Amino acid sequence: MSVQIWTYILVAVTFSIYIGIAFATRVKDTRSFYIAGQGIPPLWNGMAIAADWMSAASFLSITGIIAFSGYDGSVYLMGWTGGYVLLALLIAPFLRRFGKFTVPDFVGDRYGSNALRALAALTAVLISFVYVAGQMRGVGVVFSRFLNVDITTGVIIGVFLVFLYASLSGMKGITWTQVSQFIVLILAFVIPAAAISLQLSGNPVPQLGFLNIVGDLDNIQRDLGFSAYTAQNKTNIDIFAITMALMVGTAGLPHVITRFYTTPTVQGARTSAIWAIVFISMLYTTVPALAIFAKTSLIDSVENKPYASAPAWFKNWEKTKLVVFTDKNGDGLMQYKPGAAFLKTPTGGNDFTKPDPANANELYIDNDILVLATPEIAKLSPFLIALVAAGGLAAALSTASGLLITVSGAVAHDIYYKLINPNASEAARLLAGRITVGLAAMLAGYFGINPPGFVAQVVALAFGLAAASFFPLLVMGIFDRRMNWQGAMAGLLLGLGFTLIYIVHFTPSLGGTGTPAGLFLGISTTGIGTVGMLINFIVAFTVSRLTPAPSAQVQELVESVRYPSGTATGAQVH
Amino acid sequence: MTRPPGTPSPGSPASGLTLEQRQTYWRKNLNLTLILLVIWFVVPYLMGIIFSGTLNAVKLGQAPLGFWIAQQGSIYVFIILIAIYAFRMNALDRATGVDG
Repeated sequence: MSVQIWTYILVAVTFSIYIGIAFATRVKDTRSFYIAGQGIPPLWNGMAIAADWMSAASFLSITGIIAFSGYDGSVYLMGWTGGYVLLALLIAPFLRRFGKFTVPDFVGDRYGSNALRALAALTAVLISFVYVAGQMRGVGVVFSRFLNVDITTGVIIGVFLVFLYASLSGMKGITWTQVSQFIVLILAFVIPAAAISLQLSGNPVPQLGFLNIVGDLDNIQRDLGFSAYTAQNKTNIDIFAITMALMVGTAGLPHVITRFYTTPTVQGARTSAIWAIVFISMLYTTVPALAIFAKTSLIDSVENKPYASAPAWFKNWEKTKLVVFTDKNGDGLMQYKPGAAFLKTPTGGNDFTKPDPANANELYIDNDILVLATPEIAKLSPFLIALVAAGGLAAALSTASGLLITVSGAVAHDIYYKLINPNASEAARLLAGRITVGLAAMLAGYFGINPPGFVAQVVALAFGLAAASFFPLLVMGIFDRRMNWQGAMAGLLLGLGFTLIYIVHFTPSLGGTGTPAGLFLGISTTGIGTVGMLINFIVAFTVSRLTPAPSAQVQELVESVRYPSGTATGAQVH
Repeated sequence: MTRPPGTPSPGSPASGLTLEQRQTYWRKNLNLTLILLVIWFVVPYLMGIIFSGTLNAVKLGQAPLGFWIAQQGSIYVFIILIAIYAFRMNALDRATGVDG
């Protein structure tokens, strides 16, 4: 059977499972809608956290980014796993003991400030939207490449599916679909990786297999004029700052934190953090190994080979303009060399009509195709290739649904119920939640079909914002009883403001005019959240010590999240 | 917010823990957290980034050690850190004798 038929079968089967789960777990109350009735056992919550976290970007793009950046790509591996240490030690168990619906809930109650609650809700919405647009785009890319439907149709199908299960069964349905999506995505990632590892290194465990060939790849790259794969190109301080910003940003992402609200107990929240990091590491330790295999087989299959007899996968991806060849020296062979094959358009994209004469590189290969193309490059069976497509969809849909319920919580719970209409009935609140999920899904779909030109750059924005806002806000709220709303507000505004302005100033596609020479200590936009976080901490501490201590009620709340007390075990109704 | 009947207000003197118990509990939590965070910092930031060039002289198979720590080793360390925290704190909760 062909790849396309297998893909249709796998997509039909997995989508039916997701819809079936949604109907089986329909909910009728807000507690189930937002926090799954706090009834999710740790093992399953760990899987749901892993699926929630591992997005279309983790699944499709990161392997490619690392394959093309070598050692420097380590920032994503350390950043997106090390953040869980901060989450597990400094945030998750305490917010679970607090035990309400959303992250802005905690911020509002802890600081006794509705202004901070509103600001936190808006920040949560902003961060989540930045993220969700990329997920919808991922759904569209997989559909267009493997099922021969256009990106728009693919995105509409994705939006409809996510809307269906998120609005029908809320967090409860999302949790169980995420569990099934985790299983699909991890199998889809690990099985082809093991097959490729066996083929190239003689060892089916990718984490061990790459140890046999990474030195060879270093040599191949040096021969072609690249720096060695394992060599560092960015400065220490930039790599340090980016890794820190990604770690701290991870620990401050509202859609991940919310998942820890769904366990029955505080102990369960801690245990689900173990499962989460174990499941996440299954993918994140495979990624760098796969990147090395993919890079090796990619160079092997195209470098100095005649274009006329290019492999089938090459021709397939050429149609999507994600692989482009230009014969600069007219010898009919494909030369893969350092430098960009094409000149840039004014908006920062590639201008495929203008080969860059300054270097001899004749190939443009997009980061995003590597995971999808590697099984084809390595000539795996059609079933495995189709499985990767289904895995990419699972990764995109699971993250999108987690983000939509977070947006819904921030808008329908924190802003509508807590700030605008505190007398809203349970039924009205649930309806508001369902409607916001629908609106958010449609808006996300719109951005998936018409992606703003700066999608790649806004990822820096999402992590920078989370690093400079939620992480300090939550950590100080738990560990510094003396912290008051004046300090928190001042720290938030200055930290967040600095980060936003810096990123916009140094991102040309956002209208920024800054040049690389002007970067603060050479720290790139992805790493600046680290500085924003430090500003937040320092300003908040200083201001809080110059203003009155928080009320006795607030101090009692801080106490209550620190110690086991017996009351947070059972269901708290509010 | 309503509580199940008969349960005391969290954190207030009426809660299940005495002031001394609470201080001990919090001190143990902070000590454990601090030790684990030092390791969390040293492995990726010092061994995986700042001193990775030096460590690269050692090879693991064909992989330079600093590179391996940045792309593999630090992730395994993170798993261990989270597991130690969860086991120790859950044990402390049980030893303190109160759920939640």
